[in-house]
Order: sequence, then C-alpha cells, then structure tokens
Amino acid sequence: MRFLGMVLSAAMALCAAWTPAAQAQSEGPLRIEITEGVIEPLPFALPVFEAETGDAGSLAAQISQVVSADLSGTGLFREIPADAFISQITSFAAPVQYADWKAINAQALITGAVSVQGNQLAVKFRLYDVFSGAEMGDGLQFTGTTEGWRRMAHKVADAVYSRITGEGGYFDSRVVYVSETGGKDARQKRLAIMDYDGANVQYLTDSSAIVLAPRFSPDGSRVLYTSYETGFPRIYVLDVGSVERRVLESQEGTMSFAPRFAPDGQTIVFSLSQGGNTDIWAMNIAGGGAARLTSAPSIETAPSFSPDGRQIVFESDRSGSQQLYIMPAGGGEAQRISFGPGRYGTPVWSPRGDLIAFTKQNAGRFHIGVMRTDGSEERLLTASFLDEGPTWAPNGRVIMFTRETQGEGGRSSLYSVDISGRNLRPVRTPEGGSDPSWSPLLK
Amino acid sequence: MTRKAKIILLVAGLALAACTNPDRFGADGTAGGAGGPGGAIVPGSPSDPNSPAYFNQTIGDRVLFAVDQSTITDEGRAVLDGQANWLLSNTDFTAIIEGHADEQGTREYNVALGARRANAVREYLVSKGVAGNRLSTVSYGKERPIEICSNESCYAKNRRAVTVLAAGLTG
Repeated sequence: MRFLGMVLSAAMALCAAWTPAAQAQSEGPLRIEITEGVIEPLPFALPVFEAETGDAGSLAAQISQVVSADLSGTGLFREIPADAFISQITSFAAPVQYADWKAINAQALITGAVSVQGNQLAVKFRLYDVFSGAEMGDGLQFTGTTEGWRRMAHKVADAVYSRITGEGGYFDSRVVYVSETGGKDARQKRLAIMDYDGANVQYLTDSSAIVLAPRFSPDGSRVLYTSYETGFPRIYVLDVGSVERRVLESQEGTMSFAPRFAPDGQTIVFSLSQGGNTDIWAMNIAGGGAARLTSAPSIETAPSFSPDGRQIVFESDRSGSQQLYIMPAGGGEAQRISFGPGRYGTPVWSPRGDLIAFTKQNAGRFHIGVMRTDGSEERLLTASFLDEGPTWAPNGRVIMFTRETQGEGGRSSLYSVDISGRNLRPVRTPEGGSDPSWSPLLK
Repeated sequence: MTRKAKIILLVAGLALAACTNPDRFGADGTAGGAGGPGGAIVPGSPSDPNSPAYFNQTIGDRVLFAVDQSTITDEGRAVLDGQANWLLSNTDFTAIIEGHADEQGTREYNVALGARRANAVREYLVSKGVAGNRLSTVSYGKERPIEICSNESCYAKNRRAVTVLAAGLTG
C-alpha cells in the first residue's frame, strides 16, 4: 500500500470541522453518525473503475460492484445508477467536474483504477466530497494477487466508510458459522467460513457430528467450537489455515461446551458440565490446568471477555431464570446487570468495550438487544419467533445473528442489523446458517 | 440367556424399531408394541420382559419434563422405577441417558438444561440401586427434536430424557 500524493490540506482542515449529524446533509462536509441511525442514506456515485491494463476490465467491473455493494449494504449509503451520470470518468488522473456530480445529487464520488500484471493486482481509488468540491483524504492503492480481488474491493470500501463515518471499517473480515441442511429432526451441521458478505464459503468440518457455536481467536487464525464427534459434547480448537483440529477437554463423565478465547489468544473459558451442574472454567489452550471460575448449583454458561481481558460477562439462572452477570476474569463475585422482564442469554462484549449484545426471550418472542456494560440503556434491535446468538462486526457497529423460522419447515439463517436497530438484512449463505462469529478486521 | 444372545436380541430390537419410527428406539412413551402383555411371549419382542424392546416400549425409555425444569414427575418416577428394575435384572446392559430440550431457549443454555435432565434421571436410577458406572449421560440441548411443530404439543415431547441401552459393561 502506498500513498498517491495529491494530499489536499483543505480536506484535512475539513475533518476537524466535521460535526455529528443524524443524517446525510446536502450542505457541508460528508459525515454520517452511525449511532443515531441514518434516515436518508447518503447518495454516492461510483463509476466503474478504470482498467489501466488491457486484461483488467472484468476485474475492474467486479471490484467496482463489490465496493458499491459493501457501501449500499450498510444502509448508510445509496448508489446512484450509472445511467444518471452526466459526466464520465475517462481517466483516474483527470480533474473531476464537480458540477456534473452535484447536478445528480451525488454527495460522494468514488473513482478508481485497476491494473493487472501477471497474477498481481493493484487497485487505487479516490474519494471526493462533491458539495465541498474537494478530495476527501488521500488516494490510496492496494496491491495483492488477482485471487484476492474481493479483499481489495473490501479494503477500498472500508477506507471510504471510515472516512465518511469516522468509524473503523468491517468489510475486510470473515465469519465462521454453522452451515445447516435437513429438516428440524434430521439436521446436519458443519463448520463453515466465509467473507462477511457470504462470498467464498469454505467448509471446515464434515457433517458427521453435531457442531455448535464456533468462535474466532483474536487474530482470526483459529476457531474454538463444540463438537459431538466422540458422542459427547467436547471443545475443540481448529486452525483455519491447515483445518487441523484438536480436542481441548475430554475428562470422562463431563461435557464441555461454549468455549471462547480471551483477548490474549492463549486463555480460553468454557462451560463444563459435571453431575448435571454447569459452571464456567478457564484453561490455557496449550494445555494448562483448568481453573474453575464459578461454583454454583445453577447453570453458568455463554461467557464472553471484555476487550481488555479483565472481566467476563456470562449468563446464569442462579436467580431462577437466565440473566446476565459480570465477574472478574479470574472468577469471584459477580454483579447482575440484566433486570428487565424475560430471560437474557448469550451475552457478547462489543470489541469497543462499550456495549454488551444479548439474546432476550420474553412473552414468547426472541430479541437481539444491546445494553451498556452496567445494564443501562437496554435497546432491543430485533424481534421474531427465534433470534439468538449475536456476534459483533470488528467496528462494534453491526451485529450478525441467527434467525430460525417457526413450524415444521423451520430453517435457520444469518441476519445482520446495525446497533441503531436499522438495516436488518439477511446474509446469504449457500445452505442454512446459524451461530455466526465475526472475525477481527483482516491484516 | 447368554450375553451374546442378548446382544443379538438388542440388535434385532434396534432393527425392528428402526422400521417403525425415525427416533432411535421407536417408542413414544409407554405404549405397548405388537405383542402386548397377556399374549404369547415372543423372545426379543416387547412382550419379553428381559428384552430391550420391552424396556423401550413396554416400560418406556423416556421421561418428560415441564418447561425449563429437570424435576422428575410422578409419571416419570413410575417409568424410571420400571427402568431401574429392568436394569437390575439385566446386568449385562449399560445405558446412556440423553437429555433434551425444546427449541424455546438459547442453544448453550439448552445443552446445560439437557445435562440437568439427564443427570436427574441418572440420580434417580442410582437411588434405586443401579450401579453408577453403568449409567452415563449426554445432553443434546435442542439439537435433536423428535417432534417438529412449534407449539406445546411438540415441545412437551421434546423436553425429555431418554435412557438408551447398550450391551456390555463399562468396566
């Protein structure tokens, strides 16, 4: 990656003057404040990226399409169709005719160029704030192999998203999930991994044994999950690159499940069921001795570390029904944080540390919600027959989860929603899907 | 009866059950099979008191639970008393007790809930004299429903613990 020059100091000055706005504005610099929700998506124009080498045409078209889909998919942006364009971008280097883009109410203009040398691919782009008549940030170039073209498209979209929202991006990321086929009484499950948008699905296990609730390691290279391959639920770690797996806990007479990584990537926490009682334990993934973190006759499960590694949020029915609690990472006294009507489970700490996502079950409906870490400002984002298992996008602004439909033909699939409760949308997978876990932003 | 013969009967019972119902042992509670009590005893059939088919169908291989509960009901106790007696007189068999939950609950909680249910059955059987080393437990949470509608008539049958016989001692 290298900078293209063309640094417009004016654009940098504008950055400092940006103010939060609940919706895209037609005057003033581009800015979207995600937390407040966007009523009117920001219109952008993205002319098909220029092919700088003879054989780059089809990749240029595909990359343009993915960048556009990433941005539109957030619900924060709206693509202006190309047939509305007045001027065409004939060259990446040519000056922009702002008046022509203003006339079609394009607030952002994204131009790009793609070149191919053998199997090497270079993608560069520029972002313009049309109404300010200035480039927004520097042009950027990403290089890699032609095989990785989708990742480069996601990187362009992440940069655009980041510049306009002030938030980190999340498009260049992956999701590990459980791929499902078959009816409710004959369901086959296997682990799968895909790009965040459902592209490039690869299967990591076969469906000979039930697999549940995978979780990425902090660097995205490994996955923890539960498998019944021995006939009993046991926790496993799988290397995403080699697809090799190993069991982590296999004490006879016990069941282990709900494994999650600590931010250090070495410690894991999980639930161990012995004699009908389920508690939370910790161990070192290299094989260190297990330590018990909770010791109660109730069910303690679904642990999730705070991003600083100092606390664990988990669910317990010690009060008589499932509720959320926070305890120190080494165990000890737990504080209950959920107090609304109904039952609360599957808490997941946001990567930003500010919120906890959860599943809520109340009055025959399931919800995905978020609350602050002290339990305040609870907000339900979804409602359906069965929603569960939230996972956070790397920027902590979007949540993916499982939705299962009702009745004999009930089927699980993946959905995403932003933390304002807007932009609920299905994530397309080749088969049914459940238990998504979102990776960190790829390096 | 020799142990080998019992294994053959167990396998025959499994094969028979597999023909009639997709669930593992085909029994949906305490309903009697083809040869009910009072008829001629056909070895290995539900009328043969020492057969797995008798255990699965005549006694009943499962007990049901209330929503979010793992307490054994009065009906459940009657079934488990029968299971305990059968296990006490057929000592070559071991059993895996499978705990299950209905779909109204989060996945991992339901694994823990199924573990509670399976353990409640195990403890009851042990309290009736069945050796603990003959009984293991596993929870499937909500992963293996036998009824697939989304209302209480199905949920009630899915909230279950099933005692699955296996031949041979665990040592």
